[in-house]
Amino acid sequence: MKLVFERSMPGRGTRYLPDLDVPVHLPDAAARQAALNLPELPETETDRHYTALAGQTYGVNNGFYPLGSCTMKYNPQINEEMAALPGFTQIHPLQDPETVKGCLEVMETLEKFLCEITGMDAVTLQPAAGAHGEFTGLLLIKAYHRERGDMARTKIIVPDSAHGTNPASASMAGFDVVSIPSDGNGCVDLEALKAAVGPDTAGLMLTNPNTVGLFDPNILEITRIVHEAGGLCYYDGANLNAVMGIARPGDMGFDVIHVNLHKTFSTPHGGGGPGSGPGGCKAFLAKYLPGKGVEGSIGDVRSFSSNFLVAVKALTYILSIGREGIPAAAENAVLNANYMKEKLKDIFPMAFDKVCMHEFVISMEKMKEETGVSALDLAKAMLDHGIHPPTMYFPLIVHEALMVEPTETETKETLDEAVSIFREICEEALANPQSMHEKPLHTAVRRPDEVLAARNPVIRYDFEA
Amino acid sequence: MGSYVPNTPSEQQEMLKECGFSGFDDLYRDIPESVRLKTPLDLPEGRSELGVRRLMEEMAEKNTIYRHIFRGAGAYNHYIPAIVNTIAGKEEFRTAYTPYQAEISQGVLQTIFEYQTDICTLTGMEASNASVYDGAVAAAEACEMCRERKRSVILVSGTVDPKTLSVVRTYSFGRDVKVISVPEKDGITDTEELKKLLTSEVSCLLVQHPNYYGILEPMEELTEAVHAAGARIIESCNPVSLAILKTPGELGVDIAVGEGQPLGIPLSFGGPYLGFMAAGKKMMRKLPGRIVGQTVDCDGNRTYVLTLQAREQHIRREKASSNICSNEALCALRAAAYLAAMGPEGFRSVAVQSTSKAHYLQEKLAEAGLTLCCPDKEFFHEFVTVCPEPEKVLSALDKNGILGGLPLGNGRILWCATEMNTREEIDKVSGIVKEVTGA
Repeated sequence: MKLVFERSMPGRGTRYLPDLDVPVHLPDAAARQAALNLPELPETETDRHYTALAGQTYGVNNGFYPLGSCTMKYNPQINEEMAALPGFTQIHPLQDPETVKGCLEVMETLEKFLCEITGMDAVTLQPAAGAHGEFTGLLLIKAYHRERGDMARTKIIVPDSAHGTNPASASMAGFDVVSIPSDGNGCVDLEALKAAVGPDTAGLMLTNPNTVGLFDPNILEITRIVHEAGGLCYYDGANLNAVMGIARPGDMGFDVIHVNLHKTFSTPHGGGGPGSGPGGCKAFLAKYLPGKGVEGSIGDVRSFSSNFLVAVKALTYILSIGREGIPAAAENAVLNANYMKEKLKDIFPMAFDKVCMHEFVISMEKMKEETGVSALDLAKAMLDHGIHPPTMYFPLIVHEALMVEPTETETKETLDEAVSIFREICEEALANPQSMHEKPLHTAVRRPDEVLAARNPVIRYDFEA
Repeated sequence: MGSYVPNTPSEQQEMLKECGFSGFDDLYRDIPESVRLKTPLDLPEGRSELGVRRLMEEMAEKNTIYRHIFRGAGAYNHYIPAIVNTIAGKEEFRTAYTPYQAEISQGVLQTIFEYQTDICTLTGMEASNASVYDGAVAAAEACEMCRERKRSVILVSGTVDPKTLSVVRTYSFGRDVKVISVPEKDGITDTEELKKLLTSEVSCLLVQHPNYYGILEPMEELTEAVHAAGARIIESCNPVSLAILKTPGELGVDIAVGEGQPLGIPLSFGGPYLGFMAAGKKMMRKLPGRIVGQTVDCDGNRTYVLTLQAREQHIRREKASSNICSNEALCALRAAAYLAAMGPEGFRSVAVQSTSKAHYLQEKLAEAGLTLCCPDKEFFHEFVTVCPEPEKVLSALDKNGILGGLPLGNGRILWCATEMNTREEIDKVSGIVKEVTGA
């Protein structure tokens, strides 16, 4: 497809502004000499360009999107309309507090609801994404130990099944990362944890349900071990959708958390963002939170209060589904995952064959060894069937992993259809393994040369070429 | 009401049965009994869509919408053509995840590639990432890009937006890096003081141009001083100003960052906004976050993919250049669509109109008795005045539905004008101020 710059014709364009009605002023010196190579398109062309690009983009509204660990549930339309209210979009962030009472009410109400859902005492909406929330939460942990003069606590323990953001966030917060192995069930190895904790332990970061889709049954023991060693427990809320309204991280012994409004609370992901990753904590850490104007805070992690419009969408969602809808969403997310797993497990080897939470992990290791067909090949074959593939090659502890998260907003028919596509592809792979390396055949483009992209980076259009 | 769960209770029971469960409780058998919630959450009952709409609209109505805005300070009121909202509202863009599967994500990948190209055009730099959370975070991430083993001290000019400084300090608390504020003199960075602070431990200087007070910094002089000391210079810039001011590339700075909100993103009480980052080719591999690159598919067709992922957290984990995963892609799409709609002439007009109206506003306010601070300095579309009773001035404007400038203390007000402010409106402001000051 043509780039917007390739559609451009000098002199074309649409005028959106009236003439200048005051004397013109231009800076004396320091004027731009470089060409301003922006596209020149009539509005019809601009509109068609983006309509064509949208046609080559796959969103939740296009179809099934079982992308594990991403919770691609339906994004309700009412959320969008509420976030588009002029009473929210046209408010300057530096208006007098008296004039933004509605915005403050949105934030306070959402914070209160998130406290209740997670069992925390205080929440900040400042973090703009999950990883941003992790960084914020880890700084809380750092500030806590520092204030107590406990300077030796420099290590954060992270299970090897964790999302990559966990160790990266710990590193950004100035901690050394201690990776501990998982046990045979994909859960925290208690002996390894006991061996890892000590006077240098600042804390543990844990996702629960974890990244293989299991609720760690030793959770109380885990948080006790860390607390007894003087560390704090951080809960990565990426998988909260499985347990909201059923159990709360605050009751499991966690001190600091983040949640992902763009996963659990139905706000759209926008092709990469904006998300929102509110951070929460127990009362003894609340004074360190950013964005509260409290003495002792770690300081701001962004310019203004929050990804406010995302907060509006999440609040709309919680108000819509309410106290009975929250656990119902969790239960059905877990049911849908178990249902798909049950329908697939005879031909797809499950990495851990037990009751799963909201997602499950398939390991294609055996098929890879026997037929040469990889998890990637299977995922690519799914593209020809019009469904989004599961997450590939994560978590790292499962070889040839495919991680499937159907979410609660899919119908039984959609799940059945996906199951039959999965099975059909598996049968084709066994019958004709060579054909799988050619997939997909019917997409807008086929498999990209990623090595070329990295070796010879072309990351902008070249106007001189 | 409900939970957007489509399956009926009887279907749910059937599915449970097919899996061999007697009820939902069976699904949660791994959760220790003592942790299971025994009572429902203390939340309101679910509401109908109409009920929720009423509640949310009531909240929105408690806010004051100002028809006339003369406040900037990091968030700017610009015109957003209707088509920008249409494009950003397209549900494929809105409801997609990060484009991991390139074959079905060419649309979103191409929009990011076009955005990266636009950011390179505006800044005159060679490499842009796909966005970070906001302008302040972009500045903090840029400081981290400059850190070296023996050079870690960050200098921040005293004329940088205090909110940006606060975020840089927070990020530096993480890395245990020292941040030193460079004094300002007459509204700009004090070059002489800067030279004294440029030791061999300094990694970079962060400067804002136009600065927090709207004033143009002596960028050539600063760049020369910083480079002479072997450090790097980061320019935080307003993207609109780049239509008419020398680009960071022309100025020779190492990294350009800024808040992309003026590019078609509504004020929205502060977010979501858009942090843009661009650097020269040499620092490309130190950029945080997603980057889209062009390649070919197995049939030789032009194709776009996420690239240079060896920098990123999902590959490098604790050694990654940053932890960023989700970014502000839909805001980046807005910015690209805005620039496509405005075109070079339209976008230049936004800059020219903004600075022209700011200068007209300044003259009219001077006539009304508000003294311009640092009158010998050139400003873009913001400026500071001083007067004895700024509260009275602002509250008189407020009574007329006008959001005046931002009070900075000591009688100072930071004003902003854009293409949205008409001559009539500015004359009205001047008249109201005159009544207060008696000038």
